[in-house]
Amino acid sequence: MECRDGNLVAFIERSVAKYGTGRENLLPVLRDVNEEFGYVSGAAFIEISRLMDISIGEIHGVASFYSFINEENKGNYIIRLCKTISCDMAGKDKIEKTLERELGIKFGESTKDGLFALEYANCMGLCDKGPAMLVNSQLYDSLTPESVLDVISEYRRNIR
Amino acid sequence: MKYNAKILSTDNVLLKNIGNIDPLKIEEYVTSGGYEALKKTVSMDRKEVIDVVSDSGLRGRGGANFPTGRKWLFTYNAQADQKYIICNADEGEPGTVKDRILMEGDPHQLIEGITIAAYAIGATKGFIYIRGEYRDSINTVNAAIKQAEEKGMLGKNILGSGFDFELSVAMGGGAYICGEETALIDSMEGKRGEPRLKPPYPPVEGLFGKPTIVNNVETLSNVPHIIVKGSEWYRNIGASCSPGTKLFMLCGDVNEPGILETPIDLSFAEIIKKYGKGTSGGEVKFAQIGGSSGNIFTPEMLEKVWTYERCCEFNVSYGTGSIFVCNDRRSVVDHLLTVAEFFEHESCGKCTPCREGTHRIKEIVEEFAFGEGTVSDLELLKELCLVMKRSPICGLGQACVNPVLDAIEYFKGEILAN
Ligand SMILES: Cc1cc2nc3c(=O)[nH]c(=O)nc-3n(C[C@H](O)[C@H](O)[C@H](O)COP(=O)(O)O)c2cc1C
Ligand code: SF4
Ligand code: FES
Repeated sequence: MECRDGNLVAFIERSVAKYGTGRENLLPVLRDVNEEFGYVSGAAFIEISRLMDISIGEIHGVASFYSFINEENKGNYIIRLCKTISCDMAGKDKIEKTLERELGIKFGESTKDGLFALEYANCMGLCDKGPAMLVNSQLYDSLTPESVLDVISEYRRNIR
Repeated sequence: MKYNAKILSTDNVLLKNIGNIDPLKIEEYVTSGGYEALKKTVSMDRKEVIDVVSDSGLRGRGGANFPTGRKWLFTYNAQADQKYIICNADEGEPGTVKDRILMEGDPHQLIEGITIAAYAIGATKGFIYIRGEYRDSINTVNAAIKQAEEKGMLGKNILGSGFDFELSVAMGGGAYICGEETALIDSMEGKRGEPRLKPPYPPVEGLFGKPTIVNNVETLSNVPHIIVKGSEWYRNIGASCSPGTKLFMLCGDVNEPGILETPIDLSFAEIIKKYGKGTSGGEVKFAQIGGSSGNIFTPEMLEKVWTYERCCEFNVSYGTGSIFVCNDRRSVVDHLLTVAEFFEHESCGKCTPCREGTHRIKEIVEEFAFGEGTVSDLELLKELCLVMKRSPICGLGQACVNPVLDAIEYFKGEILAN
């Protein structure tokens, strides 16, 4: 088992205090943790279970249902490219290839340095401005191979 | 407002303010005539409000077309210590961006509509369930709620009427199925967002077991206008069986993609020509209308005006109003494959026919995409679709076969030749 991380515990305690311990607050708490740490670890499940009095199995069932909650550490920046029809027609393929070439990984993989992960997403409501993608919770639309490279460079700069 | 789409129409009701007022300034909404409807409402009898909405003929804009007034009446009549209203802003139907535009461009119009509905049905708590990807919408709506509270349009004793109503935002978790109203309710209760078996229906037994109205953003945004201008005004817009204006979104092979508002008195071909500046890259081959589970319309069908009555007669629907245009260089099979992949991913897996069916449909369509499909594959595909139309418990499983069945009917030769 992972050791109890004081930082994580304090964060979850604050989050649960903010929303309340009722079952309906499980998703907001999971989302908070996901946003802060990039994923919800096994240790986080244990703390949430303890504080909200919901079984770990239940929490896992809920977390695995929603594509926004990561259960493993995939990378600092999770890039989700829309693969739905409008974006597909607007030239998603070119963006897909550019991303794979630039990062040296395929969709479904993460870079070795843990910086980026590539995933697909379904329609995110930017259909009139495709191709579109999300990087964590930031939306990007009207992508071109050039603009997507700019986005990557910017995130690389951010990290340094 | 960074992501506002291009507005293609000019004579607008719901889109009138968008781009013309600052959505984050409640004063500008008020100056444009905003919150007059709420003032009028709180002086009316609750039942009277419902009657006006019923008389207007307003139908739900979330895809199912259910008469809004009738739905409200169920909840109005239900006896309970607590009632809820939920605005469904989980907009996930591919090609659909209208709810985002309405929230980001004119959030007070929506808040006013929700508050009027809450008053009518007797709800003291309400939620706007916004899909998680829509960060700008969430921020805009949250800011607008705060302003409305400060101005006494929300909260305790609204406009001195004694009516209390508390509104807040709930955030979706990135699952298309949570747009289905009972899945949405389960998701709000902190569970997996899987559709419930119906009945009971939410207007009688919804959130936390209490009577709950779930209405779409566009539906509720119509309400202030109906209250101020009256049901007759509304009924006189467009065809008598489909009153009011509808938002449509043009995407795919059109010269000018964007959003537009029109009464239902134009054919889709006219909409494509007038607002979308025509088909791009070739002639129109077909259009899929109403998102991924929408029907496929051939060029002949696009020439017709699809009123609600005609839709019922031919058993089609324009759902959320997205118009996805494909030119004659597009392959029907490729189109179906993208659609099939979407549903394979979005089926929640609760019922076997849908879970297995969406997977099998994708596999068979894939065979055609690889050029390996046979006549018997196509027959199997059709049979599978017909079974799925009947068995699953929610609209996803039932409707996702529509485009496949339509494509088989209209483009059989092309599919087999692939
Ligand atoms: C799979 C599925 C997804 C749906 N997604 C949405 C949605 O994103 N937004 C919406 O308003 N309604 C959606 N609906 C329809 C809702 O269940 C419900 O009918 C609607 O919110 C009622 O509001 P209305 O009467 O104002 O249209 C969906 C239905 C199904 C079956
Ligand atoms: S029909 Fe499909 S999406 Fe709907 S409840 Fe059943 S499995 Fe889930
Ligand atoms: S299809 Fe990509 S955002 Fe809608």
